[in-house]
Formats: sequence, structure tokens, C-alpha cells
Amino acid sequence: MTIQFNEETFRDDYSFYNSDWAIKRFPFPFHEDSYMYSVNMEQHRGGPKGSVYEMRFDVDEHYVSEMRDRAMVLADDPLRCQSLPHMTLAGWDLLELIMVSKSEDYPDLFELHRDGNQWRWINKPLGIDDTFTFMDETTLPYGPMEYITRQAQGDFCVLDQRDEMLWMDAGMVTTQADWSLDFDIGMNFFEWHAPVPLAHEMGIFKRALKFLLNIQQGAPARRLNWTMTVNPLLDTSPENYHKWGIQKTTLTPENIGSKQHLRVELQSFFRLPRSNALVFPIRCYLCSFQDLMTVPKWGRRLHRVVRDLPVELATYKGFIDNRPMMLDYLEQFDDGLPTSRGVFPDLETEPPLTKA
Amino acid sequence: MSAAPQKAKPGAEQLAVRVSAVVPLNDLVTRFEFQRTDGQPFPTFSGGAHTVVTMQDDGRTRLNPYSLMSDPADTSTYAISVRRDDQGRGGSLFMHTRVKQGDEMTITYPVNLFSLDLRARKHLFFAGGIGITPFMSMIHQLEQSNGNWELHYSVRTEALGTYVDELKYKFPTKVHVYYDDQSQSIPLETLLDGQPLGTNAYVCGPKGMIDWVHATASAAGWPDAQVHSEEFLAPAPGKPFEVRLCKSDKTIQVGENESLLEAIERAGVEAPFLCRGGACGQCETDVVSYDGEFIHRDHWLEPEQQAGEKIMPCVSRFVGKSLELDR
Repeated sequence: MTIQFNEETFRDDYSFYNSDWAIKRFPFPFHEDSYMYSVNMEQHRGGPKGSVYEMRFDVDEHYVSEMRDRAMVLADDPLRCQSLPHMTLAGWDLLELIMVSKSEDYPDLFELHRDGNQWRWINKPLGIDDTFTFMDETTLPYGPMEYITRQAQGDFCVLDQRDEMLWMDAGMVTTQADWSLDFDIGMNFFEWHAPVPLAHEMGIFKRALKFLLNIQQGAPARRLNWTMTVNPLLDTSPENYHKWGIQKTTLTPENIGSKQHLRVELQSFFRLPRSNALVFPIRCYLCSFQDLMTVPKWGRRLHRVVRDLPVELATYKGFIDNRPMMLDYLEQFDDGLPTSRGVFPDLETEPPLTKA
Repeated sequence: MSAAPQKAKPGAEQLAVRVSAVVPLNDLVTRFEFQRTDGQPFPTFSGGAHTVVTMQDDGRTRLNPYSLMSDPADTSTYAISVRRDDQGRGGSLFMHTRVKQGDEMTITYPVNLFSLDLRARKHLFFAGGIGITPFMSMIHQLEQSNGNWELHYSVRTEALGTYVDELKYKFPTKVHVYYDDQSQSIPLETLLDGQPLGTNAYVCGPKGMIDWVHATASAAGWPDAQVHSEEFLAPAPGKPFEVRLCKSDKTIQVGENESLLEAIERAGVEAPFLCRGGACGQCETDVVSYDGEFIHRDHWLEPEQQAGEKIMPCVSRFVGKSLELDR
């Protein structure tokens, strides 16, 4: 399949949009009509054809525009990409993982030709054709992690594993849900999760850490996380909160359908072979409420989830003030009918909205 | 999350291999080299990683972990070195007496529970006997990145000095060998004194040696996080005992020469595992009730957990009237 890449922006005029194809494959995160934390991990070994779960690193219609947005963020703030000195080997591991995966999964878009340590990488969507020496940083325009993550959608945290603990020792973070790599760099797993409410008391992080420490080569895992974002902003960072935080006050009953977006992170976890580090790609997908409402099952379910979410979570996710307006909007799309299990749209089997 | 969640399988991913070489190194140690049967390259790995080898021994499945000692960057061949243990439960004897060049076997993807701290300014290795194996791959890895390392290797005799000649030939200034039968021993206190700031120490060998290095380093003021060790426990034989598995509603007998984990698997009950050597924590199992005494041999559980709360079935056993597990 050849992807038509959108010409769009994630800032200023917000021309971002999802095609019908992108809406139907949106990773809707709620498998039932309510939501509570769980470690909710599963193996990352493909998924239904055409879904965002199918490939190791999903490439979609937003690829070229997202990479352009990343370059702009980095130009303004180079500290969004950092790698402590001992993480260079992990950077090469990541470069290899992404190049091999993309060239195998999308041979029409990416090519990798290897002759010993002489590698040629062709990225057709971005117009890149580079030859370099694997493991020789001087032959690339950036360090290996920065080089490849300027060409891969989603944020990347590269975690060192030492003393039965994970450490945030490298990353490329420009599309984050209000956290800062520059603040978290060098922190351990419990330190960087300290701001999350309820989950510590529930023992979630202890269990999650144990799971992650045991992720092995050849057996990657994945999970979903979600939040809410007003306007299709990729860069909702603390560094730029003064720019985007205020936009949460611009919601009105008239514009909420197009301005309010559900933001979903497809998080995956791969053990890196040479460094024994763990890479944690966090891929952000955005979908406006009005686009989500074209899927009757999602309309019914989103209303119920947002309505019943504990106050702590709605506060932490930053939409407690807008929740009443969201519910007024979403309520129109919930006719009280039951919903099918699982996250997929089930357009053929789920009844259309029966409410005027 | 998805329509059909995939349940995690016990153990690491498997690789089908053919034994490409069997190389006796001395009276006790033999090297086994593997190539993939599908002709694909092996995954690269990190120094210190191990693989779990599946042995089909007359209808009985044995799964033993061995450190990968080949060059981690060599994707054509994996190698392990196995020391024959005449008193053991038979895994190493099977490898020595039954495995021939050309045999097909199954091994797992590399798993690393003993990795290099890549922040270290210097890596100080202490090996005892067959404990040399993880350092072989670590040395390969560090040599490729101009890493600063030094090996102190204690062996019984010159004849049993596995890889001594090769190591001394390649790295004459970095490798120091000590022979027990010549009353030589590693001058540990001296070596731990005066290392550059940021040095990490690693030890692999018999339990006594590991404890000695940890205790000496600790007494000399080394931070615990800078002293790393790996001790693979082979499950020790022991008296047979009976176990009730309440989730699966089965009562099983654990034989003298099998581990509790092996007995659980033999009964067709799926149990998680990874290292099968008491180190990784994957097979941790809740104790429901017991009347008797545990023989805990793992490095994983806290003492209070060992007091009747949990057991690591890969290496630990039980003696007494009854034991009921949540499995």
C-alpha cells in the first residue's frame, strides 16, 4: 500500500486532519465502558492487517508533517534530544532496529543496504539517501539516536538497565503529554513516575517495572495510554505550557467537536541487543471528538468513560475544568445501547445511533 | 488492548540450531558451537548474556542456562562452554556424552542478567574456573569499543585453565592468571585498592568466591552498585517430595533428580520461567500452605518471603509433610 502523506500543521493554523482511513485505524484505547489504570501489556507482534498494531513502527499519513514539526521543535529547543555518554551504543541499537524494521515492513518507502559496516539508508518520503559506517558516529550528521529518531514518528525514551532498575538516560521527546526529558534525564523509573496519582498506591509501578526489566530480545511488548488535548498539538511540553495551556480555555460548545482531541499513545518496549538497554517508543495519535463520533460504538463508550472517570485522573490528565462541556457534547452520541467488547470500531455489527 | 490478546509464553523466544562444532578444551570443559538451522543470522547480544539450552534426554526435557561466550557481534555462530559436573543432575553430562556435531537443538534468544555497566571508566573482572565464560563475551564487546578492562582469573591447574592460553596470548598485559595448585590466589584487597574512580567490578565463579569479592569490596568502601556478580545455580538434586498445585487441581511428585519447576512442567502445567537458575524472578510462586521446611536456594526472594510466602521452583525444594502452591 502506498501512503498519501498529508500536507498539514500541528501548530498555528492547525491544518492537521485524519482521513477516513486514519479514523478507522485510530487506536481507540477503551476496551470497555469504563477506565482504570492497569499495566495492560501485551506482546507487540503484529496485529490486524492495516491496524496501527500491525508493524513494529507504524508509519501513517502524518509521517512527513510530524517529522517537519519535530525539526521545528528541535531548532527551538535542542534539549528535547539528549543522550548521556554511555548511551551511544544503545543509540546504534535503536538505529539498527528502526532501519531494519522499516525497510522490511515498508519496502516501498525505506531501503537498507548493508555491506559489513558500510550501510546505505534510503528514506523516500523524506528524500534521504545516506551512506555511513555503522558504529562510527563521525559518518552521520547527528548521533545515531538523534539521526534515526528525526525520521521516526513518536517519542523515544532509551532506558539503561542497572541494579534491577531502569534509568531515563537518553531520549528524543518532542510530542509528549506534558512531561520533560530535560527534567527527567538520569532519573530512575520511580522518580520519573512520581507525579502520577493513584497508581503508586495501587502497586502499578512496581509490577510494571518488574515486567519491563524482564522484556527480552525477540519479545517486544506494547500498551496504550491516553489523555486529552485541545487543538491537534504534538508538542504539549511543560517547556511550552505558556503557549498551549491557555488554549484549553478556548473551547466552546460550538467548537469542541473539532478542537477537542483524544490523544492516544501507543507505547512499545524493545530490548536492545548490544547495550541491553530498553527502548520505549511512545507514538502519539490524535483524533478530534467529531471524527471519533463517526464510529457509533466509540461515541457511546467515550461518553461513559469520560463521565465516570475518577476526579484525580481527570485532574491529572488536565481536563477536569472542561469535563462538563465535554459531557454535554458527548452525551448526544450516547443512546444507552450496549457496546461490543474490545477496542475496534465494529462498524458492520454495532447499530447506528438511535438518538435524534 | 487488541481483539485477541496474546498471552506471554513462559521462557524466552526460541532459536532452532544445529551443533556446528564440539571442541573439548580440557578434561572437564567442552565448547559447543551452534548455527541456525534456518540460515538466518543470530541476533547480536550484549556481553554477559546467557542462553537456555533445551536437551531431549530420553523423553525427559532438560533446560539449562549457559553463558554465551562467543563474540556478541558475530551473528553466524553462538558458542557456550560447558563444564562436566559428575555429581550434578545430568544436564552437563548429557551435553558432554550425547551431543554431537550436526545434532539439532533448541536454544533461547540471549537473556542478560549480568551486563556491563557502560558508565564504568574501567571494568575489573574476577573469574573462577568455568566462571570465565561471561567474561569472554564481555571482553569481545569491550575490545570493539576500546573499553578499559582487566581480568583476574583463578584456575585449579594449568591443565584445567580454560581459555588461559588464548587470553594470555591476545591480551598479555590485561589478563592475570592464578593457579591454585601453585598456591597462587587473587590479591583481591590490593586490587580493589587504588582503582580509578568509576571502576566497576564483576565476579563470576563459585559461591564462596562471589561472597568473598562482595564482602571484601564492601569492607573496602566500594558502593554495592559497582560490584556485579552472576552465579547460576544448577538445581541441586534432593529427596523426592509431593506438591499440590491448587489452581490446576493436580498433585505431583518431584523426583530426586528433577527440579520442582521441571516436575510442574512435566505435569503439563504452564509456569513462567526465564533463567532457571534462581536469579531472574520469573518463576516466583506463591505458597498456599505447607507443613515442613523449605530448601531455598535462589538469589531472588527476600528472607521474609522465604519464610513460607513464596518459592522459586527452578532451584528450591521442600522437605516435609505437605506443600500447596498457587499454580
